[in-house]
Amino acid sequence: MVEFSVNGTKHSFDGDPETPLLWYLRDLAGMPGTKFGCGLGLCGACTVHLDGVATRSCQTWVSDLDGVEVTTIEGLSEDGNHPVQVAWRELNVAQCGYCQPGQIMQAASLLSETPDPSDEDINASMSGNICRCGTYPRIRAAIKLAAERAGQ
Amino acid sequence: MNTNVTWRNFTRAKVTNVSRRNVLLGLAAGTFALSVQLPRRASAEEEKLYGGAGMPGGVKDDPRIFLTIEEDGTVRLLCNRAEMGQGVRTGWATVIADELEADLTRIRVEQAPGNQALYGNQNTDGSRSMRHHFQALRRIGAAARTMLEQEAASRWDVPADEVRASGHQVTHANSDRSFGFGELARAAAERDVPAAEDLVFKAPEDFQHIGKDVNNVDNLDITTGSPIYGIDKQLDGLVYAVIARPPVYGGKVKSYDDTEARKVPGVIEILEIDSPDIPSAFLPLGGIAVVAENTFAANKARLLLEIEWDAGDNQSYDSAEYRKTLEAASEQPGEVMRNDGDVDAALADAAERISASYYLPHLAHASMEPPSATARFADGKCEVWTSVQAPEALRTDLMKRFELAPENAVVHSMLLGGGFGRKSKPDYASEAAIISKALDGRPVKLTFMREDDIQHDFFHTVSVERLEGGLDENGKTVAWLHRTVAPSIGSTFEPDVVHQSAGELGMGAVDNPFDIPNLRVENPEAAAHTRIGWFRSVYNIPHAFAVQSFAAELAAAAGRDHKEYLLELLGPDREISRAAMNDTSVYGEDPELYPYDTARLRKVIEAATEAAGWGRDLPEGRGLGLAAHHSFVSYTAVVVEVEVKDGGLIFPRVDIAFDCGAIISPDRVRAQLEGAVVQGVSLATLGEISFKDGVPEQSNFDGFELTRIDASPVEIHTHLVPSLDYDSPLGGVGEPGLPPVAPAITNAIFAATGKRIRALPIRDQFV
Repeated sequence: MVEFSVNGTKHSFDGDPETPLLWYLRDLAGMPGTKFGCGLGLCGACTVHLDGVATRSCQTWVSDLDGVEVTTIEGLSEDGNHPVQVAWRELNVAQCGYCQPGQIMQAASLLSETPDPSDEDINASMSGNICRCGTYPRIRAAIKLAAERAGQ
Repeated sequence: MNTNVTWRNFTRAKVTNVSRRNVLLGLAAGTFALSVQLPRRASAEEEKLYGGAGMPGGVKDDPRIFLTIEEDGTVRLLCNRAEMGQGVRTGWATVIADELEADLTRIRVEQAPGNQALYGNQNTDGSRSMRHHFQALRRIGAAARTMLEQEAASRWDVPADEVRASGHQVTHANSDRSFGFGELARAAAERDVPAAEDLVFKAPEDFQHIGKDVNNVDNLDITTGSPIYGIDKQLDGLVYAVIARPPVYGGKVKSYDDTEARKVPGVIEILEIDSPDIPSAFLPLGGIAVVAENTFAANKARLLLEIEWDAGDNQSYDSAEYRKTLEAASEQPGEVMRNDGDVDAALADAAERISASYYLPHLAHASMEPPSATARFADGKCEVWTSVQAPEALRTDLMKRFELAPENAVVHSMLLGGGFGRKSKPDYASEAAIISKALDGRPVKLTFMREDDIQHDFFHTVSVERLEGGLDENGKTVAWLHRTVAPSIGSTFEPDVVHQSAGELGMGAVDNPFDIPNLRVENPEAAAHTRIGWFRSVYNIPHAFAVQSFAAELAAAAGRDHKEYLLELLGPDREISRAAMNDTSVYGEDPELYPYDTARLRKVIEAATEAAGWGRDLPEGRGLGLAAHHSFVSYTAVVVEVEVKDGGLIFPRVDIAFDCGAIISPDRVRAQLEGAVVQGVSLATLGEISFKDGVPEQSNFDGFELTRIDASPVEIHTHLVPSLDYDSPLGGVGEPGLPPVAPAITNAIFAATGKRIRALPIRDQFV
């Protein structure tokens, strides 16, 4: 039995220890905001925060989460107004939007560690997240906008 | 009110501007007939309908079907087309807000369930949702606004022309009274719907939202992780399924052993699904389905299945060998699909002859949301929640397979996490229904693992395009021979299809605008060995790559500037009739009404090159490349700046100029163009699905690589040609940005390095 929290709510799990957090969230906990993209940590669609750090939930076993605070896109902010979410809406980043929860979680983690990221920082942090619609120019711009706001 | 209106009868409605349609009709009379009878791969119906009216179910415009206004004033608008990121929901709300005089932020867009008879055609493809629905949406909005105004006038007992709707309310200025829409809606809905010819529409110069930047209506849901996509559906008692499908197209299960698989905790059921004979159209491929308490457990068990397959005839499909087959076919004459002048004589007399062969491999769609569907088949009723581009195609399959009455085949359309053509084919949703039925009605969510998605796609075609050109002593191109060899999408539906359809050839092969007196297009045979399907912009990808690469090669052979030479090839401004090009398809539109307007292509070429600083001095290792293409009734030109550095490619800047006629949502158009550039970079530099022993060699994003943010162009500049001509049919937006990107890249690499790349993907061929 492991105990952990998801967006501040306590969860416990004693199922198959190899169950990835991704499928726990989507299929067992009824929280489909975290997206399935590849299952191999190649695309970043499933990105969540573990104790505040961006992590691929498809590569994270639930059995390893004892005492960990998990944050998903549903819990990134109380009212959907995390600076990254606001910037994403303001610049109309999304097209289909499916990868964007993962992009937003990755970007929020980047900005918490690197408040004023360079293009190289953005490339290094964000290149694990694929967007098939090709919204990268706006993702970059939105990260810079969120950083600029936070710096003011 | 006419509920099945067409562009034809819309011209009777009151609109202020002179319709460009009449102008086009006048020019169409001047077309000339071809001297030889060429094959016309179109249906022979004499009374063919075109546009939205020509699609099954037509276009509907009854406001009572699409609009609901709540007592609190909330407007609920049913969107009849699939949203896959192209922005159609935002476009629909934008048009309604203007004609209804509603507050855009109080419009809630909902997806119409699958019901073609009620809502009109719902097949979202061909970049034509706004072209087919813009005027219908104006009628819907204007009719509803009129009904609200009439209701208010009646309550105040004043003439209807004294009241006016604006800002979500109806006002009688003379007496300073007003009603909110919500106060009027219930009674207004009981009034007669005004006839289309009595409606008065907003003049384009008065539009408040149409043609202006508005926010994506789904921004909040997307950025907060709301369960809006087909794969997100939740139901009580839901179980989860994956399927091991035949690795080779046409294969079947010979035998299987599920002993180990059944030991996985959480496994509920393992069952066999019959495989169809091929070509299998939209039918599921069959295989062994595993149902479990969650998707992970289902897939874990599936990987423990021991299955012996009967691979079938396609097990020898090998991409390297097949390329040789296509190349050999391209060396021989093929069926002649367009024949101007005498190409053979012109080539024989040419001062210089050049030829080139281009190769483009299969591609996978790889939408970030893989195919997925949830089904509940209980009490004789099959309900499916999914993300499909063609809900009626799914309903048809369900009704046929399970012998259901239409009311018992229910398709709830959810948002698509990308489509790009893959989700036109609803095989995955049928699979979910089959499994739910086998489980006596337990609700089932079926998910394609990424490996399933990439290995069981309806792949973009594979192609060899052979071009031969003749130059006269002045370097002018006098002969052009294009042989296009690619398996057709028709092969997925009918046996023995070996030629491209009229629609496929009309995507940049026969509809060649170049002013060359001797021009022939041939289509040798190509048999398919896998499922071929529509991929964003479809056959425009290989045709535009070949035509726009070869135009640059001709310019180089003539020692001329590429842009100047391309404009010379295009020739004087003129409208070329479709008949003159033997182009019988034109995306389902009336060929007589959609001539090729070369001036529009010229203008986007000029706009893109000017913005990019064509001709400017560039440092060593950098080059500018140009390509332009007409598709989906729109015109696109792209200039790519490339830098070859440290064995890698950098794209410092891309300029894309675009003319789609009048625009509903400029920001969404820009977004589609930016996305097309990135997707074009991806397919040009990395994209390939190759087959060995009948099986794709790629299965996830490690093998089928996609461009990431670090390799994306640093700057993408979009240039939209402004137009207020909202009475002419709108051009497509979702697809036409893509075709010229790849040839602009390879033309830029040629400019930078002198190296001509004729086979995609580029990978490291420039080194």
